[in-house]
Amino acid sequence: MREQILRIIEKDSRINIAELAVILGAAEIDVANEIAAMEAEGVICGYHTLIDWEKTSIEKVSALIEVRVTPQRGQGFDNIAERIYKYPEVNSVYLISGGYDLLVTLEGKSLKEVSNFVSDKLSTLDTVLSTATHFILKKYKDHGTVLACKEKDERLKLTL
Amino acid sequence: MRSPLSDKIIEVKPSGIRKFFDIVSEMEDAISLGVGEPDFDTPWHIRDEGIYSLEKGKTFYTSNAGLKELKIEISNYIERRQNIRYDFNKEVLVTVGGSEAIDVALRCMLNPGEEVIIPEPCYVSYVPCTKMADGVPVIINLKNENRFRLTPEELEAAITDKTKVLILAFPNNPTGAIMEKEDLEKIAEIVIKHDIFVISDEIYSELTYGSEHISIAALPGMKERTIMINGFSKAYAMTGWRLGYACGPEEIISQMVKLHQFAIMCAPTTSQYAAVEALKNGDSDVEEMREAYNQRRRYLIHAFEEMGLPCFEPGGAFYVFPCIKEFGMTSEEFAIRFLEEEKVAVVPGTAFGDCGEGFLRISYAYSLDNLKVAIGRLSDFVKRLREQGK
Repeated sequence: MREQILRIIEKDSRINIAELAVILGAAEIDVANEIAAMEAEGVICGYHTLIDWEKTSIEKVSALIEVRVTPQRGQGFDNIAERIYKYPEVNSVYLISGGYDLLVTLEGKSLKEVSNFVSDKLSTLDTVLSTATHFILKKYKDHGTVLACKEKDERLKLTL
Repeated sequence: MRSPLSDKIIEVKPSGIRKFFDIVSEMEDAISLGVGEPDFDTPWHIRDEGIYSLEKGKTFYTSNAGLKELKIEISNYIERRQNIRYDFNKEVLVTVGGSEAIDVALRCMLNPGEEVIIPEPCYVSYVPCTKMADGVPVIINLKNENRFRLTPEELEAAITDKTKVLILAFPNNPTGAIMEKEDLEKIAEIVIKHDIFVISDEIYSELTYGSEHISIAALPGMKERTIMINGFSKAYAMTGWRLGYACGPEEIISQMVKLHQFAIMCAPTTSQYAAVEALKNGDSDVEEMREAYNQRRRYLIHAFEEMGLPCFEPGGAFYVFPCIKEFGMTSEEFAIRFLEEEKVAVVPGTAFGDCGEGFLRISYAYSLDNLKVAIGRLSDFVKRLREQGK
């Protein structure tokens, strides 16, 4: 049941428990308990809303930053990752295999704000060897959802 | 001028609910629960293989019976899912949808006047195809109290010395009924006893909920007298690709290949390449879609319970078949009023045979969000009718 619950609420976290129970063919109380357990265990870490900021009047700039660092003895990458993710403007930090070590995504109000963050805060960290900043120009699809256009039902209205 | 038409085609009746279709197509803003095809797009990796085959210039005819690679995959797939072994070389024919396979099978198997037993409610092509093949349709009216399964008594009563073929279509469109192993065993016994053949339309075989689909061809003594028809439309959401297949004894399939060759040449090449990918790497797509349908099915059954509309729990396909007899209207009257007053299209049960009277076919090939809106309106409508009835 866990896997099924997760699959559904990953796409629609606002579905109510009663409805979830109906479509899973399970008892409401069991579904509620399972969700509570997953929240307590940290399997479910949060409920977010997917927003297409382009359609609002709020200006936002997002960037992906590739960061090469020197891992520290006994700490590996964890310490440096923590130093980076503590900044509230940082959205996510991933340890990456391949040509660089950490992938940092962040959001700022303006280009300047993002570049200031990179030059003043990120690049100046002792362990950071180099950074490469990529600004996001357009989001076509995010979290499995296509943002570009709403798809229309093209099927014939009645078929036997 | 004399009539350019054959008596046979004149005799084939157009769909009885033409009028209703016309009203629906006029109504721009109506929402529909009336489609018989998946709402999912064909999974991208399958479409991608089709596109790739075009890029590589695979734009020629394939051999008449179908691409060898595809026939091998079909044969493997049936062995994997149904545990029946068909020789890809002699016992598999790739067709233009399951529909062509039905037509070709009937035309290859019937002599004039031979009878075809067709349990209704069912998909609309069996009766006309039987007539065009000079056969005589013999209808069995399946019953709600049997959950629209075919019983051995009903079959036995319909058999005459002219009976040649029984058409079985489970999981069923429009009822969502399935036939389980015990049901099929009793049918198979009678079929063998009377030496008749089965055309088994299993296009919804991947869409069963709770129990695995069983083909009658898998039962002892049945493979040699069954044409098993399936296709890619429902399982892989590939309706527009027009691709199906028939498997059966070489004696019949070889004649079907002959007719198919003269009528069609071969199934669309692009679709065949895409279908190879579907069978090789599409299991998880099928699984995912099946789970989504099942969730909607549970939602609908629950909603009908709350509305107090009697509806047996369907075990397959993507339809529910609730009973509306309490309102004292024909299915078509109900569907027209519902459309006019609530702007939701459903299909009257009578589109699938006279015994569909008093029922509606409601498709759940729609997102849950769409279903919720439509079912909310149905609930309002039913409430209003009940109040008016008092």
